Amino acid sequence: MTETGTLERPVETKAKYNLIDCDIHPSMKTPAEIQPYLSQRWRDHLATYGGHTRQGLSETLSHPRMVPEVSRVDSWPPSGGPPGSDLPFLREQHLDNLGIDIGVLVPLRFNASGQRHPDFAIAIATAINDWQVGKFLDPEPRLRGSIIATQEDPANAVAEINRRASDKRFVQVLLPPRSIEPLGKRRHWPIFEAAVRHSLPLSLHVGGVGGHQATGAGWPSYYLEEHHSQVQTMQAVIASLIFEGVFEHFPELKISFVEGGFSWVPSFGWRMDKAWQTMRDEVPHVKRPPSGYLRQNVWFTTQPMEEPNPAKNLADTLRWIGTDRLMFSTDYPHWDFDDPRFAFKVPLTAIEKAAIFAGNAVNFYGLN
Amino acid sequence: MNEMIRSLESKLGLSTVGGIDCDLHPASPATKTLLPYLDEYWRETFVMRGVDRLSLAMTSSPPRAPINVRSDWKAESGFAGDTLEAVRAQALDPFGTRLAICNVLHGAMIMHSDDMAAALCGAANEWLAREWLDREPRLRGSIIVSAQNAELAVAEIERRAADHRFVQVLILAQNDEPLGRRRYWPIYEAAARNHLPLCIHAGGSNRHAPTATGWPSYFVESYVAQASIFESQLLSLVAEGVFQKVPDLKVVFAESGFTWLPSFFWRADKTWRGVRAETPWLTEQPSDIVKRHVRFTLQPIEAPPDQDALARTLEHIDCDDILLFSTDYPHAQFEGLNALPVAFGETLAKKILIDNPLATYPRIAADF
Amino acid sequence: MNQAVLEKETGTEAKLGIVDCDIHPAFSTPDELAKFLPQRWRNHLADYGQRSANPLVGTLPYPRMTPGNGMRRDAWPPNGGPPASDLSFLREQLLDPLGIEYGILQPLAAGSSTLNQDLGAAMCTAVNDWQLDKWTGPEPRLKASISVAQEDATAAIAEIEARIGNRSFVQIAIPPRTIEPAGRRRYWPIYEVAEHYDMPIGMHSAAFGWHTNSGAGWLNFYIEEHYAFSHSLQSVVASMVFEGVFERFPKLKLIVVEGGFAWAAPLMWRLDRQWNRMRSEVPHVKRPPSEYIRQNVWFTTQPIEEPENNRHLLDTLRWVGTDRLMFSTDYPHWDFDDPRYAFKVPLSPAEREKIFRENAKQVYRLP
Repeated sequence: MTETGTLERPVETKAKYNLIDCDIHPSMKTPAEIQPYLSQRWRDHLATYGGHTRQGLSETLSHPRMVPEVSRVDSWPPSGGPPGSDLPFLREQHLDNLGIDIGVLVPLRFNASGQRHPDFAIAIATAINDWQVGKFLDPEPRLRGSIIATQEDPANAVAEINRRASDKRFVQVLLPPRSIEPLGKRRHWPIFEAAVRHSLPLSLHVGGVGGHQATGAGWPSYYLEEHHSQVQTMQAVIASLIFEGVFEHFPELKISFVEGGFSWVPSFGWRMDKAWQTMRDEVPHVKRPPSGYLRQNVWFTTQPMEEPNPAKNLADTLRWIGTDRLMFSTDYPHWDFDDPRFAFKVPLTAIEKAAIFAGNAVNFYGLN
Repeated sequence: MNEMIRSLESKLGLSTVGGIDCDLHPASPATKTLLPYLDEYWRETFVMRGVDRLSLAMTSSPPRAPINVRSDWKAESGFAGDTLEAVRAQALDPFGTRLAICNVLHGAMIMHSDDMAAALCGAANEWLAREWLDREPRLRGSIIVSAQNAELAVAEIERRAADHRFVQVLILAQNDEPLGRRRYWPIYEAAARNHLPLCIHAGGSNRHAPTATGWPSYFVESYVAQASIFESQLLSLVAEGVFQKVPDLKVVFAESGFTWLPSFFWRADKTWRGVRAETPWLTEQPSDIVKRHVRFTLQPIEAPPDQDALARTLEHIDCDDILLFSTDYPHAQFEGLNALPVAFGETLAKKILIDNPLATYPRIAADF
Repeated sequence: MNQAVLEKETGTEAKLGIVDCDIHPAFSTPDELAKFLPQRWRNHLADYGQRSANPLVGTLPYPRMTPGNGMRRDAWPPNGGPPASDLSFLREQLLDPLGIEYGILQPLAAGSSTLNQDLGAAMCTAVNDWQLDKWTGPEPRLKASISVAQEDATAAIAEIEARIGNRSFVQIAIPPRTIEPAGRRRYWPIYEVAEHYDMPIGMHSAAFGWHTNSGAGWLNFYIEEHYAFSHSLQSVVASMVFEGVFERFPKLKLIVVEGGFAWAAPLMWRLDRQWNRMRSEVPHVKRPPSEYIRQNVWFTTQPIEEPENNRHLLDTLRWVGTDRLMFSTDYPHWDFDDPRYAFKVPLSPAEREKIFRENAKQVYRLP
């Protein structure tokens, strides 16, 4: 990870896209908004049994957040509903205001992959995908969707991917980092195969309810820890993908890690490399140093932007990761939103800016 | 390494060769070996039950895995460090080490039965005193305890503290709950009361998955995950206010790696600014608390082969007091005698070898 | 339960020809299995060991009360080696005196719970080869279990297909403490194959798995761990019922081994009652749970429950159904059941015949 990331092709001076936001959270005005997309059976099921995940609270995240709906105070639409639930306000406050050319939707509600009822998981996943189309993708050409797929049920995940792949407004397959087994395990490989076949990248956004304690050390007490623990979860997923040989088997697979930050990536790569050097005989299918796969198959969104003190230390991190690996994101409307105008407190060259703010995403999503 | 020491010697006028090795592992004693150090009830029942014939090797640290036994230190038994002669010849003499802290990693710490765990830990501590500390004046010990029962752990600490060759308390990194939680506080109070730092060493009970996304298939993957567990523990200790409650407590992370520290600082500090309302006792940022109370043994040094990244990382950490020299013998963390790379420079090297350990371990400072 | 001396059987019992559904064969030396493993895995085991989701590598998390991980003290063969590692002593102490016509081996293969999936599959294959080589080959009374690494359905099915032609194998062995509850769809390809070949799935109490040994968390003492074996098997039964395994695979046979059986009656009552209330959540479960259990599930008898008033056991036998029970000794474990003394209640000759022989002959398709 010591080489500077170089772009393979020269950046065009008149780019089609200047600003791509890889992480926007759409929401529903009320939970009932999903109902038109569900059959009667599942409407009844939702109204009685409800969601059923592998954690203590059935309606609420394990660690309450610090602000209502985890969102910026000013992002509540004047016409009502929670932040991210009103398309006109989303356009006005976010897309138009910041000049966003493409915004990628990351719906988090309902935790489809984490649902224990296997048939409900399938139903809710496909319903959320239909909802994205009906509420956002149809009326707003700047928005793109994520295919919610049931990771614990690879056969049905593949079916859903196949179903959506021809709609090019879906630009990625969204999976949760927290799952029953680490993502690299072979039983998940049909999902990778389908993604590669359809030239769709995978994306993992922090969260998920996999049925394990939120850290390898056990359940954290405070949101401060829970927020941070998403980094460790992503580390585990990356290690799994690499050490199970996923990137060796699927060299074209692209995967992004969203909202996990990125400053930890270089040192994690160093740790994996060192361990692999001593113990590569345990994993003969891992033919290259792990950090090599990071440089080839993995991307990271920029939010929450790291804030070292002094700020210039970030320049080292950017160099070690490679500025071709980073994709700008805002996480609108969440409280730790990054504004593209202010997020980077280190100087970037014009080429680096163009890459991070749009070019890398164009490459990742195949928008060209 | 010897050049480094001799150079330091001549420039700084050190009267004898070498420094303080803060993480050395005599081979873990067989259960049978501990029988003489157990009381009658345990001796009898262990023989009756055949427990004396059981290996208590830990899944989190398979004793023959390549990381645990450097090939040129391996004895015929397949293990290393199983005799005093070997430890002298391989770990102490070549590095010119003046004092070394023996960290016995034993399954005693993770037995489900509280009483069995406490009995075996006590026996292991007695074994260390009789068979190692009594015979080699350069050796010091850690009081191993099982964290799961604070009352029994405190009893062992109080019992052992009278022997000033025991210089710290040692627990494993992965337990039932994150280590900041209040059930563990009596242990920390007992340690601080006796001027004993708390060493948290890599390894664990595996009572839950070592990651939030399940069980990694491979040991190399699990070993990598241990750093993530350390990060979670570090934040837990800080967030729960352990260092506010026990201001004299010093914590040593052993075999955790340290190059992940900068990204940890940046993220923890940033998040704390946003969520500190939930942890009002944290009146200063996490990185300042860590720099004051927590130390890290040197091995493993996880960095790319070029020294520049390591040098830059040390700059990012910005705390010369934080590292403690270690060989982690007989673990395979470096080649030959190259335990202390040139990137550290002579001034920092001296601190790491001598000053920082002296500042951390009052009992060693008294002897030195 | 723990008899120091076994007398040679005389009289009618000797002619019974019982089927013992739970015998645990052992390795004579720790590396006996290595002979059946490819070199790559021998090397791996030497370095990394057999790692499972378990605190200790190569040792049970709860030490037993007797040496050898909980064996009868009189079961150590005079020629050396641990209990049940010596075929001639097995014959002498178990098969011959108790009139055992067929003994079903439960090897408790570690491969099923191994974190490294490929190693797990290799260890299962090795254990299956070992059963043929050391036990069923020289001793036709013994029958083997196809051990599979169930978390990798593809590998598990390959192993089943490879063994199915050999009638020394009479069941497929899967541990009850799996990554997900046993009824989940990821395991259905294995059940499909099992049903297709009319091979029962034997789930024997597991000493380790991927999760805590109880839903309440990790237990402290061996007495609790021992008790918890029954809970994991109850979870298996409930899961397979509610996920619809028996609806989808109506001919699948599940054998609950060494889990006890008295709990099966109140469990059936409980499952039926809740199904009555909440069958809208599981419309694929078309019949009352107790019907599936009476159709698809059998229980081995050891460790037999011992009510203070013996006669209460008769109620239990009636509730569970004597056609669902199959006798087992669990040789050579400390809580071994002796067929002459295990049932402290009178059984009719027909009941005895079923429990000690006929049910098993039918379930395992023994000649």
